Amino acid sequence: MKANPLQKYLRKGTLPHFYCAGCGAGQVLHFFVQAAHELNLDFDKLVGIGGVGCTARIPVFMDVEALHGIHGRTLPWATGIKLHNPELKVVIFAGDGDAASIGGNHLIHACRRNLDVTMIVVNNLTFGMTGGQVSPTTPRAMVTTTTPYGNKEQPFDLCKLAIAAGATFVSRWNTARGIQATRAIKKALQHRGFSLVEIVCQCPTQFGRSALGTGDPIKLLDWIEECSITMEEASKLPEQEASKKFVLGNFVDKKEPVFEGSSVCQGREDD
Amino acid sequence: MDGKTKRVLTGTHFMLGNYAVVEGAIAAGCDFFAGYPITPANEISERMSERLPEVGGKFLQGEDELCSIYSVTGASLAGAKAMTATASAGYNYMQEGIEYAVAAEVPCVIVDVQRCRGENFATQADVMQVRWGAAGDHEMIVLAPASVQELFDHTVWAFNLAERYRTPVIVLSETTIALMREKLVIPQPEEIEIINRKRPEQPPGEFIPFDGGQEGVPPLPKFGEGYRILHSINPHDPWGGIQWDPDVFEKLYDRILGKIAQHRDDIVQTEGFFLDDAKVVLIAYGSESRPALGAVKEARANGIKAGLLKLVTVWPLPDKEIRAVAEKAEVVLAVEMNVGRYAYEIERLCCGASRVARVTKNRGLVHTTKEVYQAMEEVLG
Repeated sequence: MKANPLQKYLRKGTLPHFYCAGCGAGQVLHFFVQAAHELNLDFDKLVGIGGVGCTARIPVFMDVEALHGIHGRTLPWATGIKLHNPELKVVIFAGDGDAASIGGNHLIHACRRNLDVTMIVVNNLTFGMTGGQVSPTTPRAMVTTTTPYGNKEQPFDLCKLAIAAGATFVSRWNTARGIQATRAIKKALQHRGFSLVEIVCQCPTQFGRSALGTGDPIKLLDWIEECSITMEEASKLPEQEASKKFVLGNFVDKKEPVFEGSSVCQGREDD
Repeated sequence: MDGKTKRVLTGTHFMLGNYAVVEGAIAAGCDFFAGYPITPANEISERMSERLPEVGGKFLQGEDELCSIYSVTGASLAGAKAMTATASAGYNYMQEGIEYAVAAEVPCVIVDVQRCRGENFATQADVMQVRWGAAGDHEMIVLAPASVQELFDHTVWAFNLAERYRTPVIVLSETTIALMREKLVIPQPEEIEIINRKRPEQPPGEFIPFDGGQEGVPPLPKFGEGYRILHSINPHDPWGGIQWDPDVFEKLYDRILGKIAQHRDDIVQTEGFFLDDAKVVLIAYGSESRPALGAVKEARANGIKAGLLKLVTVWPLPDKEIRAVAEKAEVVLAVEMNVGRYAYEIERLCCGASRVARVTKNRGLVHTTKEVYQAMEEVLG
């Protein structure tokens, strides 16, 4: 039997994965290893970091040095690793809980510092693993297990947040547009500086059933697509209307000095 | 100056306690430090920010204590000898990262300069926080220096213990000694014992990353060497695979707790003063051992057979050593700068062997020699 050419990037004994049927996290794993394969990344020099939650399990399936199991602290780990050994490629997989809720402060500071890592945010609009609670990216009025009367809070636009905080590569796609998402991940991996790729993703088991009344992944993908517009399309809409959509595109790609530590003294050792 | 001379500032100094910690760390090979501003630990960060770049290390001022402790664990797994420093209220936040360092067996050093709640006055009120503060079952190694010299020596020792046992080690400092200037003698580099973590002998693929062997301590490769290990807090088997299996969980923590318990005699240190014929024994740790020793000397001058057991490590508990003095003494005095926390352990260990009295002070000030002496006189009647 012919082996999948991407199988070699996965840690032995970890399949079948633990995701629910129809979950998008497995797709994102696929996008990433496809991008890494096309770039011929050295997996010996790759560190995969996950916090806690469904997305956080993505690096567990990858055959890399990996850290896992602490909620929201992916970027502090990455900061220590990158400062000690800048040769390593560090990729973070964070859900909306890890990135925007408990780890939100670390996110803005990693952006501000332009830490040279790639963060892939799988935004499934809910806390999936814990049972479908409201998250900082849940759209308004949506019913979740902790917003039985509908979400009253304004959701974060993570890309706008990252751009405002100083991230130097920022992009958003969704799981219905795998080719574009994979291309964005490739660009992010080639970028020197803080790169963030947000991928809006279906969670049929939790978000789908509570918020949209369906656990059918196809219907969820259709809904995500209906809510998605490209940045070109968004530019023709009034801002208020565009902000209700998932705006897709590569928003920022610029060069800035990368973070090398809070105290750097060049040349002092030769004094 | 060559790099080596810069790393170890050999010579006699009149140095601030917080600076002595920095010099101890750098002498031990520390090449990563992260910290968040908090009084009375700030001088550690400040000196680190100047000294580390000089010796090729990295300094990070984290956005909070969580960033500090997790960047320390990340850097350590990447191959650094890493440290953070904080004070009591900041240690609260770090408990989370210390739990990870315990479970994932990440060597690192945490300095806690104890301060009173909401104020920077002196205290020893964290003696239980540092033992029990992290979630889940764990052993903890906690060293209690009592002078500027010991802040240097114990910081070196803390790195050695962390590296040897793949575990977080706490240096339990105090406002008193952290902000005190005293004589410090820094030895020649070759006179300082340095222990580095064991590296795998097998190549990737043959190496079993969480097999502790006889010692219970698995070797630890650096990131980037091709070992591709999963460092998860979740229960993991010897290969690092996450397993929801009661046997895996039990075996993992039997080993992680056992590696400290098994080497208890190598870790625990106490110092005895005038104990041979002592009828009244003071037990103290950290800066409180100083007035306690003063009171013992005064008692001896006045014909009272007093002695001091100074606890150099407060955790693991020096249970045998405490019990041994209780067996010989008539009265044991638990001397502490808090409402009486460690005293519970001393009472438990001395129970049935000798009478125990508490000498506590919880007003942001270290005991004076006179106060300890008077307390001793009262107890003796």
